[in-house]
Order: sequence, then C-alpha cells, then structure tokens
Amino acid sequence: MKTWKEIPIGAMIIEPGNSVEFDVTTWRVFRPILDKSKCTKCGLCWIYCPEGAIMIKEDGSYEINLSYCKGCGICQKSCNVKAITMVREYEESST
Amino acid sequence: MKRVALNGNYAVAYAVKMADVDFVAAYPITPQTPIVEKISEFIANGELEAEYVNVESEHSAISACIGASLTGARVFTATSSQGLAYMHEVLFMASSLRTPIVMANVNRALSHPLNIWNDHSDAMPERDCGWIQFWVESAQEAFDTTIQAFKIAEEVLLPVMINLDGFILSHVYEAVELPDEELVREYIPSKPLINRVSPKLSYTIGVVGPPEYYFEMKYQALEAIERSRNNINNVNKEFSKVFGRKYGNVNEHMMEDAKYVLITMGAVTGTAKFVVNELRKKGEKVGLLSIRCFRPFPKDEIIKLLEDVKGVGVLDRALTPGGPGHPLYTDICCALYNAKNRPIIQSFVGGLGGRDILIDDFIKMFEIVKEVSEEGRPKPCIYIGLRE
Ligand code: SF4
Ligand code: SF4
Repeated sequence: MKTWKEIPIGAMIIEPGNSVEFDVTTWRVFRPILDKSKCTKCGLCWIYCPEGAIMIKEDGSYEINLSYCKGCGICQKSCNVKAITMVREYEESST
Repeated sequence: MKRVALNGNYAVAYAVKMADVDFVAAYPITPQTPIVEKISEFIANGELEAEYVNVESEHSAISACIGASLTGARVFTATSSQGLAYMHEVLFMASSLRTPIVMANVNRALSHPLNIWNDHSDAMPERDCGWIQFWVESAQEAFDTTIQAFKIAEEVLLPVMINLDGFILSHVYEAVELPDEELVREYIPSKPLINRVSPKLSYTIGVVGPPEYYFEMKYQALEAIERSRNNINNVNKEFSKVFGRKYGNVNEHMMEDAKYVLITMGAVTGTAKFVVNELRKKGEKVGLLSIRCFRPFPKDEIIKLLEDVKGVGVLDRALTPGGPGHPLYTDICCALYNAKNRPIIQSFVGGLGGRDILIDDFIKMFEIVKEVSEEGRPKPCIYIGLRE
C-alpha cells in the first residue's frame, strides 16, 4: 500500500477508474455460490449487484468475481430461480 | 507607499484587495463585519475583481471557500467567535484537503453568557485543526501578516488563520503604511497550484479514508505544517527585504539581559511593552515575548530565548477548564520541559470577555513572577482582575 509520501496531496483521487485495484475479499462473511445448472441467464443479479462483481462471460454465462464481492447477499435475494446461495466464509468457532 | 489611518479590520481588507483575491464567501458577525463590508465595497466599486458569495452561515462560508480554493482560486474569508465555532468541523477538512484559504478571525469571546467583546476563547479550541495560526499586535501587523499569509498558504498548501483582537485592534485606528499595489502583486503573484479541479481535469475529492489510509492522509497534512516552519522563516526574511518591516515567529522586547519575562499574545502586548519600558527605567531586568506564530508553535525559538531567564509569566486569554493548565501556559511548559535551563513558569489568566488588562495588572504580574522565581516554585494560576 502507498506511503504518506506517495498519496496525492489532499488525498485526492487523481487517476480515474482505480477501483479495480481495490480488493474487498476480506469484507465478506458470506460468499455467494452461483449454480450454473440452475441459472437462466436472466441478468437480474448482474443489475442488482452494488459492486459490479458479477461478470457476463463470452458464452453468455454469469460468474462472480470474488475480488470485488463484499458478500452483501443482494444477488441471492434478486435471483428468482434460487441459483445463488450464500455460504459462510469461515467455520464458526466451536466455543 | 502611503501612510493612512486604518483600523485593524480595514487593514486586513486593504491587504485582501492588494492580494488580488479571486473569491470571498463570508457571513457577517461582530466584530469582524467591517472586513467583509469593506471588501464587498471594493468589489462593487470595481477596485477588486472577485466573486463575493453571500452565504447563509459560516459553515457554508468556509465550505464554499474550500470548493473555490480547490479550483485554484485565491480565497479569503473572515469570522469571529460563534462563527468560527460553527465552522469547526469544516476547518479540519480545509487543512486535510490542503486548501490555501486565508481567514481573518477577529477574536471575540464565546457564549455563554453572550459576549461580543475580546478574548481568545474562539481561536484556542481550533488550535488542533491543522491551520497555521498567527496572532497580531497592531493594524500594521494585521496588514503585513495577511499579505504574508497568502504567500505561506500557497507555498505549503495549508490554510492560514490571522487572529486579531476584537475592538481593541479591529476597531482602533492606527497609522498604517500601505505599500504600492504593484509591489504586493509582484510579491504574491497568482500562480497555478497543483492538483486543482478544472473542466479539463476531474478528480475525486473528499474521499473516504478507511483505516488502511486515514493515518497516512492525516500524517501528510501534519508533515506539511511541520515543514511550513521553514517557509514561514523565509517569508519573514523576504518580507523585511521587500517591505522593510521585520517580524519573527516570536516578537521580542527588551530580552537581551532579561531575567523576568512575560509571554503574551495579541494586542495587549502594546500595554505590556509600555510597562516593560517603565520597569526598565527603574532598573528592573524585565522582558517581553509575544507569540506571533502560534501554530506551528515556535518551540525551539522559545527555548533559546528563555535560556538565561529566571522566571516567566504566561498570560492566557482563554481557558482550558479542568486541564493541566490554560492553553498557552500548557504549550510553553511542554516546550520547556526538555530544555536544559528551565525557568519558573507562572500561569496568569486575564482579559476574559473584554475585561481590560490595566498597566497596574502588568506591574503586578511582573512582581509575582519575581516573587515566585525567588521562592523557586510557581503558585496556582492567578486570575487577574477577578473579583473574589
Ligand atoms: S454478494 Fe453482493 S457484492 Fe457479492 S456478488 Fe452478490 S450482490 Fe454482488
Ligand atoms: S439472477 Fe439468478 S438466474 Fe438470473 S442471472 Fe443471476 S444467477 Fe442467473
């Protein structure tokens, strides 16, 4: 990560489009799993995902890029055919 | 150059005009109002080409100034007391966004009880907001410091606050030497600043600083104010060459062989100087320091100036209720703690809410400083002029 000397003065973002460098993997408690066999390719999850983490592949299928997924679960709620399930990232500690 | 009679407020307004400011946003408040009134007059007369925005509050005034400053405009505003308090949260943003805004704060007591008179209780709570803070003694110094402030602010990309005492300086007429406008404009030419927004360059401003970045972002502004010490010293030197008047971060009076010293800030320094002169005539080895540049605090200069001094009295004109000491006293003690030779330091508070500090009060303060120095330990803070 950048040192205080490398951050632009006033913490301005002077290079547009740099959110591709921002990995939010560690934010997730739940991870969305997309079951391609159930998916009808309707694109609702792609519309609703607030992070733009859902990608449309060349063959028209949908895939979640987990680097940008914060685990909010909106995609699961938006999917009418229940193709997306949310699973825990870590096992609960057994105390 | 011409010599004219101006009060402190008008001296600031003339400096703003000569600095060819581009943008002013302000909300009227006593005792500051004459500054922005005069500036609006200059703009209406066509003597100053600038945008003047009438805003609905001080919070909006300083916010508008930040926006304008981010485009690279030269920006000025002025306020007092409650107005400054209302700006509070935005002041921190101005310094962290590195906007070189210049603001005159005409010192006035904070409520409650409502009081329009002079003390330093408005500016002291803002000492940690990352702004450079000056305190001036005279109308001439108010003019000169405002000119210097634009230079310093734009060099280090930090906002600068010039404090001048309400009424006793802001409304009192004194002789002021006004330099030729061309000379001022030559001294502080408008030049493009880095990282400024324009229709051609769009930046994201006012970002979220998550835990991974907030620390580094804050440190950047902290380092800038530390580094500004050099710029301020150079500006002081340069200024005396161009305009012939010399200022330090600490103004000294009769310090050569002084054993007992009083430390003040602002316009009361004038009365204190008179008292020092009188006591000197009687053979007393007394001296005076007034802190002109309060942030960044001139720690090294103070240590050096007080090397051979036996006793020091620090006059605060604001309170730190429940604190280890009142604001200036605490800073002086902190600065001297690691010094080789530490004088006895006595705390005084006086002149709250516009209460006069009289010649006799200063004489008494010097007597007490002498007494506690001989005893080898200071008394608890002494409240000058309080009815007990
Ligand atoms: S969990 Fe939230 S962030 Fe992740 S893919 Fe689904 S909608 Fe997008
Ligand atoms: S909402 Fe469900 S069905 Fe529609 S594209 Fe997303 S996963 Fe497939």
